[in-house]
Amino acid sequence: MTKQIHLAAHFPGVNNTTVWSDPEAGSHIEFSSFVKLARTAERAKFDFFFLAEGLRLREQGGEIYDLDVVGRPDTFTVLAALAAVTSKLGLAGTINSTFNEPFEVARQFASLDHLSAGRAAWNVVTSWDAFTGENFRRGGFLPQDQRYARAKTFLSTALELIDSWRGDELAVDKAHGVFLRDPDAGSFAHRDDHFHISGRFPVPRSPQGRPVILQAGDSDEGREFAASSADAIFSRHGTLEAGQAFYADVKGRLAKYGRTHEQLKVLPAATFVLGDTDADAQERADVVRHQQVSGATAIKLLEQLWNADLSGYDPDGPLPDFDPVDGENTIARGRASVRMHRDPLATAQEWRGIAESKNLSIRELVIQVTGRQNFIGSAATVAERINELVQADAADGFILVPHVTPGGLDEFADTVVPLLQERGVFRTEYGGDTLRDHLGV
Amino acid sequence: MTSGPHLAVALDGVGWHPAAWRLPEARPEQVLTAGFWLDQAVEAQRGLLDFVTLEDTLALQDDPFNPSTDGTDRVQGRLDSVLVAARIAPATEHIGIIPTAVATHTEPFHLSKAIATLDYVSTGRAGVRVRIGWTPQENAHFGRRDIGTPRLADAHLGDQRSDIADLFDETADYVEVLRRLWDSWEDDAEIRDVATGRFVDRDRLHYIDFEGRWFSVKGPSITPRPPQGQPVVATLSHAIVPNRLAARSADVVFVTPTDRADAARTVAEIRDEQAKAGREQETLHVFGDVVVFLDGTTATARDHKKRLDDLAGAEYRSDAHVFTGTPGDLVDLLLDWHAAGLSGFRLRPGAVPHDLTGITRGVAGELRSRGLFRNAYEADTLRGLLGLSRPANRYAA
Ligand SMILES: Cc1cc2nc3c(=O)[nH]c(=O)nc-3n(C[C@H](O)[C@H](O)[C@H](O)COP(=O)(O)O)c2cc1C
Repeated sequence: MTKQIHLAAHFPGVNNTTVWSDPEAGSHIEFSSFVKLARTAERAKFDFFFLAEGLRLREQGGEIYDLDVVGRPDTFTVLAALAAVTSKLGLAGTINSTFNEPFEVARQFASLDHLSAGRAAWNVVTSWDAFTGENFRRGGFLPQDQRYARAKTFLSTALELIDSWRGDELAVDKAHGVFLRDPDAGSFAHRDDHFHISGRFPVPRSPQGRPVILQAGDSDEGREFAASSADAIFSRHGTLEAGQAFYADVKGRLAKYGRTHEQLKVLPAATFVLGDTDADAQERADVVRHQQVSGATAIKLLEQLWNADLSGYDPDGPLPDFDPVDGENTIARGRASVRMHRDPLATAQEWRGIAESKNLSIRELVIQVTGRQNFIGSAATVAERINELVQADAADGFILVPHVTPGGLDEFADTVVPLLQERGVFRTEYGGDTLRDHLGV
Repeated sequence: MTSGPHLAVALDGVGWHPAAWRLPEARPEQVLTAGFWLDQAVEAQRGLLDFVTLEDTLALQDDPFNPSTDGTDRVQGRLDSVLVAARIAPATEHIGIIPTAVATHTEPFHLSKAIATLDYVSTGRAGVRVRIGWTPQENAHFGRRDIGTPRLADAHLGDQRSDIADLFDETADYVEVLRRLWDSWEDDAEIRDVATGRFVDRDRLHYIDFEGRWFSVKGPSITPRPPQGQPVVATLSHAIVPNRLAARSADVVFVTPTDRADAARTVAEIRDEQAKAGREQETLHVFGDVVVFLDGTTATARDHKKRLDDLAGAEYRSDAHVFTGTPGDLVDLLLDWHAAGLSGFRLRPGAVPHDLTGITRGVAGELRSRGLFRNAYEADTLRGLLGLSRPANRYAA
């Protein structure tokens, strides 16, 4: 059976994917930029709009990192405001389970779901570092190995609060003066190793009941968490082989939770560069890569692998002749990507091999080995490729990350989406009103 | 702006009277929808009011002045007021929006960026009313801390320590953190210098390094300095201890005088505390709260209130003065209190929509016809409407 594709729009983030130096690049904080991207996504009938989260400004070498976009709004506040200027688009926010309490997050998502008439989604992330914790009264006390334990119970506790209203409690009987049918509506009592709370949840049941749950962890525990609890998983595996392996892995974990494959959508992050022809797109992609990785950025990215100060190195020269510094990565703080280098020595060896065989400078090497765009080509090529990946079970769709704010999705919406619609693999109108309707979960 | 009083409205569901939801024109089944709140904000904006406030706590509604046997005869259930504020902001243009946040159980870092963001989505019309979360119910919802046994009565004891005084002192620290975080980015921190590849000038970003008795916060904020620089901070006060919080931390304080003499006394006490806090040079607006039941004649206004009291089975009681009468008589009272030192009023409509339009059309119209209220919005920001300048950044060299 031909699968229907799901698409989401990621507001460009605070990493070097986002090209702020482009003449087209607009504000990353003015509300008008969020409105613009969200309206484009809704015009293109996307499933949802997505915001990432980072609760401390990134640092490298003990200083605030200044080469990428810095600064972002509060997630709930922007999503609630976007509910005013969109009517069908899902509104997904990344909210961490360490620096919050279940009661307040449950209240916020239930409120967002009411205010958007059923369009709220929660991307549950588990960042736990003490560096970020310095911004919070509760601190960053959580040992790394406990983060999914806390995330799991955080999520189940928040859902327990949301579920404390069944949906039939409001009588609103003016004549008899009965507003509430059940004097105990919203009662809850929860006790486990992490939370000991009780009382009454103040938000009656929202249109979706529960917000859509997304998960974005890659580790074994992260995948298990997604299989047990999430409606969709946001992954890094957007290529055919890696995507298929990831897809099979997480879908394979569903059965033991009594869930079917349709109940967990796999949505890798994906970047794209379009052109009138494939060759034209390749050329543009090359320009974009050089915008994304300046000489200064190349050195900083290399430092993250090397775990050492490389400011003395020439980005147009060769790699350092020493190996990455062993031990805990202390050079860059506040970014999840650091943990991608799980074996720095092996990665460095691999990079060295590539650099030597192709005679690449530091900058050209970094351009090659980090974050190449997923989809490069004419609209027809990109539409074809996206559909292939979905039909080949490498994904159920993609969370697209434009590299220019806020207009970076326009061309995709205008040229690729119509081709997907022509093929009958993407909706031409929203079939329902809620995000659960769009995702079929 | 004229020399008349500022005028705001306190939105709380279908109105402040516990039986307001039972009136035929009330829309209690819609209190959880965006449109319900938007309609009220738009109505307040039509009346050219300075701002709306949105009531909130971290628990189900509970009115200690008008207790209910089991709560089933009241509107129960409400949305997070910061999100409601954000939802109505893009659909309004001029009116200030002040949601309520509980300091005791929340993170100042989160609230600071939420209110900064509210300021962005409203292009400069955000404020926040901070309050303590002193009830055992709210505390049990978080289950994280021992707040002792705070008693509201102790807030009148100005010269001794109490658990309630601790909660207010902690709230002053909390507001200090909000304010430092709003300033933690200088206005021109974003430079987008293509030549050097730098998006920000990190010398214009500042750690706030707050360390207090209850918490420490490093900073800087993840959100750039909001359009107003410092969004408006408000508090509600009935006693000396919260007066001190207002004097130290707020731009607007809501008070509940019973008559003109009480209004004058309250203002004097707040000014005294403001001087002790070293803020006598700064504007701190003292707004009087009044619950209003309005109609065209005194007799019909009384009928309106009596009908509500009959439905509730008890006479309405409040922490604030309760006015029943015509907009004209209310304006006489407000002007009298205004002359005693109150810079404005936050009117609490007894029933919505009846008393909301009584305020936005009746009271605002009456003030305007006496030449004491604006004919059009004279500023684009809430600070501007309140005569507050955009403050310098405390960290700017
Ligand atoms: C595609 C993707 C996007 C992520 N986005 C965020 C984010 O916006 N904020 C955040 O704090 N963590 C984010 N994370 C981090 C994860 O939530 C998680 O904390 C991290 O990957 C470590 O968990 P793991 O060991 O299971 O991968 C993201 C992870 C992935 C794979």
